[in-house]
Amino acid sequence: MNKILFFAHLRDEVGEESVTIDASGKTVAEVKALVAEQYKLQKLDSAMTAINEEFAPNDEVIKDGDVIAFIPPVSGG
Amino acid sequence: MMYEIAKDPIDIQSVIDKVVQREAGAINTFIGTVRELTKGKKTLYLIYEAYEPMAVKKLEQIGNEIKERWEGAEVAITHRVGKLDITDVAVVIAVSTPHRADSYEANRYAIERIKEIVPIWKKEHWEDGQEWIGNQLETVAYPSGKPEEGDLNE
Repeated sequence: MNKILFFAHLRDEVGEESVTIDASGKTVAEVKALVAEQYKLQKLDSAMTAINEEFAPNDEVIKDGDVIAFIPPVSGG
Repeated sequence: MMYEIAKDPIDIQSVIDKVVQREAGAINTFIGTVRELTKGKKTLYLIYEAYEPMAVKKLEQIGNEIKERWEGAEVAITHRVGKLDITDVAVVIAVSTPHRADSYEANRYAIERIKEIVPIWKKEHWEDGQEWIGNQLETVAYPSGKPEEGDLNE
């Protein structure tokens, strides 16, 4: 299983800090599409994705146990 | 710890102290503060949120990038999270280098890079509403799923 973390506006829209799904074998792009549809997230395309706390490209394949985080454009500083 | 996410007010001097070194001829300190007016709109307060373990890693990455580019640099960065009022300190960056020009350049590099790759977000609270910043402007979208070198100075 895979934990998916949400931040900023995504967290507000989903209403959860995290959810657990089975994403192993899927690419980042596939998981994004799946999650966007399930939670009606229109701006997930503009979010980056991190796997295990490191940025990951859209074609990376997720393994069992990987922690996925969607990172909206950042605004620190 | 040279790179921190802090829930309490940042002690500026303690960040500076971390980069003291005998080889340094300069310590450059950047203090980012909460501004009241943005494009005429009055901010009441901000909420900063971080993906903390990744944010610390990314701050460390920035420090390592600086050390590669500016020889002899030492870097310490602390970013605050939680509710911040106007004039509160949101981030402190201290960079020491053998010569002063490098300390200015390296410190500027650090703050620009933070705005690119460190997973921290601010939510602006105004008199008439609130919004997560960075989501609605979409000035930076990353087609490859991660920021590129060229995004740095945008």
